[in-house]
Formats: sequence, structure tokens, C-alpha cells
Amino acid sequence: MNLLTDLFLSFARIGAFTFGGGYAMLSLLEHECVEKKQWLTEDEMAEVTVIAESTPGPIAINCATYTGLKLAGIKGAVCATLGMVLPSFFVLLIISAFLKNVLTIPLVAKALRGIRAAVVVLILRAGYQMFRNILKKTPDKKSAIGFFAFFLILTLCSLLLAWHIPTILMILAAGIMGYILFSRKGAAK
Amino acid sequence: MIILELFLQFLKIGAFAFGGAYGAIPLIRETVLSMGWMDEAQLMNLLGISESTPGPIMVNAATMTGFDQAGIPGALVATLGVILPSFLIMLIIPYLQKRWAGHKVIRMAIRGIKPCLAGIIIATGIHLFIQIVTSSDQKTFDWKILLITAVLIAVSVLFRKNKQKPISPILLILLSAIIGMLFL
Repeated sequence: MNLLTDLFLSFARIGAFTFGGGYAMLSLLEHECVEKKQWLTEDEMAEVTVIAESTPGPIAINCATYTGLKLAGIKGAVCATLGMVLPSFFVLLIISAFLKNVLTIPLVAKALRGIRAAVVVLILRAGYQMFRNILKKTPDKKSAIGFFAFFLILTLCSLLLAWHIPTILMILAAGIMGYILFSRKGAAK
Repeated sequence: MIILELFLQFLKIGAFAFGGAYGAIPLIRETVLSMGWMDEAQLMNLLGISESTPGPIMVNAATMTGFDQAGIPGALVATLGVILPSFLIMLIIPYLQKRWAGHKVIRMAIRGIKPCLAGIIIATGIHLFIQIVTSSDQKTFDWKILLITAVLIAVSVLFRKNKQKPISPILLILLSAIIGMLFL
């Protein structure tokens, strides 16, 4: 099989059958790209994960673009990324097209209302896991807890009291504060 | 112009969503509400469906919002917008990789951004929780949703204790859908 087709199909298969988003895909991507096809070494896979975590955007897209680019240049990057995106694109198109009709079925509406609770639990869990991972890795727990608590409270105030602080502004502020604080600490050592 | 707006708003989400889909949810929420594209109930449907369908959650949310606002062209531009930042970043990274991995400015900024995001995500979760237990008029209290949430939390905690790994999102979603169909 042509490499470009292979890239497209491999990533399409992962995109089409993995539930739970990018983090859930990482182990499947590793199986496909490292063990089965030997497109990436284990080190490269670990590196993609680190890069994906420190750059914005969907993690699955980071992995697909990186692998495609490494194997077949820009064309490979485009094929792998398209493969990752297209299955869910079509699935969501179909769902969106019928959603209004389907929502009038009482059982579906009830299921979706139940799912709201799962969405909340998954969001809280993701935030908690993220914070735990940060605490495990950081050499400076106090600063991490400080950042976490400050922005948690600020966001809650913003949401509950309708302060409307844009999230992007908070992320940018955290980045600048992080740079100022940690570069000073680094200099002090 | 809705097509251009969809593209730009999702480009913004793709460019600022650190830490995967859950980092994007506060941004998606803010965007669809402030643009008047959805209300809170539609937002919860969007999140529920994006998380219970296969593929990258951000891509799913972009496709659905885009289609909802402007049909297939809308779905295309929103999806393109959300993936473009990471696609472009990954294209240039090989050229600055050595500098990227050790780049002090970026590393220190990320050390501030990560815990900030964890805080924003948990605050958003708490806020959405308040939204779903107080129904839309903010007066009636939805005991059933509160109970379902408590059951789901208990199940995930027990699952983690017994199996030493977190319960898969789709299992939790299936469970919540079944409980919803039976008791709501």
C-alpha cells in the first residue's frame, strides 16, 4: 500500500473508533505507530506527547501531523491529519442534521439530560487529574497550588458574579506571571 | 459574516486550548454563549454529544457548532479553524525543536499556564454543575440530577480504587444515559 494511503487509513481508523478524545487515543496511537507500523520510535512517541501537552490544540491532531510530517513531509502531514479528522467530521454532520428531530423523542432527551451529569463529572475529573499530574512533576508545589487556587477562585467569581473575564486573558496572564515568577526564582538559585 | 466568524472563533479556541479538549471546554462555552450561538441547555447537549462520539472532542464540538450555525460550509470552516493552529505548530516544530524543548520563556510560561488551566477547568465544572442542578429558571432544584452526579462520582472513585485506573469516559457516559432514560 502507498504510504500516504496507509497514513490516512491508520489515522482514520483510530479517529473513527476511539471514544474519549485525544488522551484516550495516546495508547492506541502508540500501539499503531510504534509497535505495529514502526513509524516512530518509543522516544519519538514520548516526545510527541510532551510537545502535544505544551502546545495548544487537539492532542490527536498534534500526533497525526507530527507522524505524517516525519514519514512523508507536508503531504504526509495533510493525509494523516485528514484521516484523523474526517471520520468524526462525518459522524457529527449526520448527528447534527438529525439532532432536532431526535431530541423530540422523550427517551433520547432523557438520556441526554443524564449525560449532562457525566459531562460535569468528566470535566471535574479532568481538572483534578491535571492538577495532580502537575503536583507530581513540579519542583515547586507552592507556586503551582497558588496559581491553581487563584485562577480557580477568579474563574468562579467571573462565572457566578458575571464579571465576564475572558478565559484567554487569564491564560495569557498566567503565562506572563509564570514567566516573571519562575525566571526570578531561577535567577535566585 | 457567520462563516468568517465561525472560522476565527474556532481558530482562537484551537490556538489557546492547552491540555487537550478539557482545556478547550471553558473557551468553547464562553464562545458559543457570548456569540449567541447556543444557550446553556444547547451547550450541555453539544458537550455531551462531542464527548460521546468518537474522535477528537474539540473537532466534534467545532463540526457540530459549525453545522448548527451555517450548515456544511460552517462545519468545514469551524473544523478547519480548530485544527489549523496545532497543524501549523507541528509543521514548524522540527525546525526549532532543540530550542523549543529547552526554551526557557515557553517552559516558564507553561509552568504558570498549566495550574491556571486546571483551576479554570474545575471552576467551569463547578459552574456547569450548578447550572444543571438548578433548572433554567434558576429557582427549582433538580434533585435527580444531583443524585445522578453523586452516583457517577461514587462509581468513578470506586472503579479507580478497584481497577487502579480511571473509568473510561464512554462507560461513564453510557451509564449516565441509561440512568437518565430510566429515572428522569
